[in-house]
Amino acid sequence: MGALDWFTTKLTDATNWARKFSLFQYPFVTACCGMEFMSVAAPKYDIARFGAEFPRFSPRQADLLIIVGTITERQGPALRRIYDQMCEPKWVIAFGVCASTGGFYQNYSTMPGADQVVPVDVYIPGCPPRPEQVLDGLILLQERIQRGEGHNQVAIRIDNGYDVPLAAIRPIGSKAETG
Amino acid sequence: MAQIVLDRLAARFTGGEILAAGTAHGDEWARIRRDAWVPVATFLRDDPATKMEMFIDLTCVDRFGAGGPGAAAPDAPRFDVVVHLYSVSLKHRVRLYGGAPEEDPTIDTLIPVWEGANWFEREAYDLYGVRFKGHPDLRRILMYPEFVGHPLRKDYPKEKRQPLVRRNAGKLE
Repeated sequence: MGALDWFTTKLTDATNWARKFSLFQYPFVTACCGMEFMSVAAPKYDIARFGAEFPRFSPRQADLLIIVGTITERQGPALRRIYDQMCEPKWVIAFGVCASTGGFYQNYSTMPGADQVVPVDVYIPGCPPRPEQVLDGLILLQERIQRGEGHNQVAIRIDNGYDVPLAAIRPIGSKAETG
Repeated sequence: MAQIVLDRLAARFTGGEILAAGTAHGDEWARIRRDAWVPVATFLRDDPATKMEMFIDLTCVDRFGAGGPGAAAPDAPRFDVVVHLYSVSLKHRVRLYGGAPEEDPTIDTLIPVWEGANWFEREAYDLYGVRFKGHPDLRRILMYPEFVGHPLRKDYPKEKRQPLVRRNAGKLE
């Protein structure tokens, strides 16, 4: 990899800082995890503290797709279409084990994880996850956004000619090389 | 509980339309010959002693080699269409079985008797492949039109998925 590829301007830093504190979420809520999502959004856990305040019910106004609940094969095309409609850069959180892996469903109708259809940045386990876990996942995503390592951020950089090898992307949650 | 229902059926249908009948866990059931499916249902709805105004449920059972209650095991039809009925005014219920053999899995539709049977029959068709003769709109209701086969049949591999869309694993997006 060339050294220039890793050259990050102060402007990019500032932009990513702004992005991570102004996430506009699109809640794709399909199942019981939705109750826990409401709890996260409500005043007690208050996701607004992290800047992810407004659920936008139009994918064109959102940059964070939160997949909350079981995804069936039949919903696949709709989910993919919603992801495609979102403005770049965009991020995806899989909320709960069903969205992450299919959960305990192992049958003809359930998709084994939403990442079969859209790229997922943060997986939050739990059935359903505690609100604290969701906030933890959100903070992980914010770190990832700051480093410019969201799936879509990397894709945009490569489209623009900055070729970053995939191996150079640190796993989520590893903080050793930040700064 | 509702022995009166079985008694009425036995009194009205004497030509062998009622193949078997009995009581299980306090509820009555009757196995109906396939060609008498709609006449029996109509009679149960209209007879003043049974008054089955309420269609509760319609589903299907895939016996796949085993006989059902009251069925002679070797030649029992593979599919049982099961209908649950309830009389709101008389507060009794009954369960009807209609057999549909594997080589010809068809049975008459109950929509002329109870309108509400429409989507239930679509579900049974979707998941078990039983065809309801006379149904005005027999399409899949839960699975997508591209799905091949009927997933709740015992010979459908339960984990066989038929994806509509997958992402391109080699492509960044």
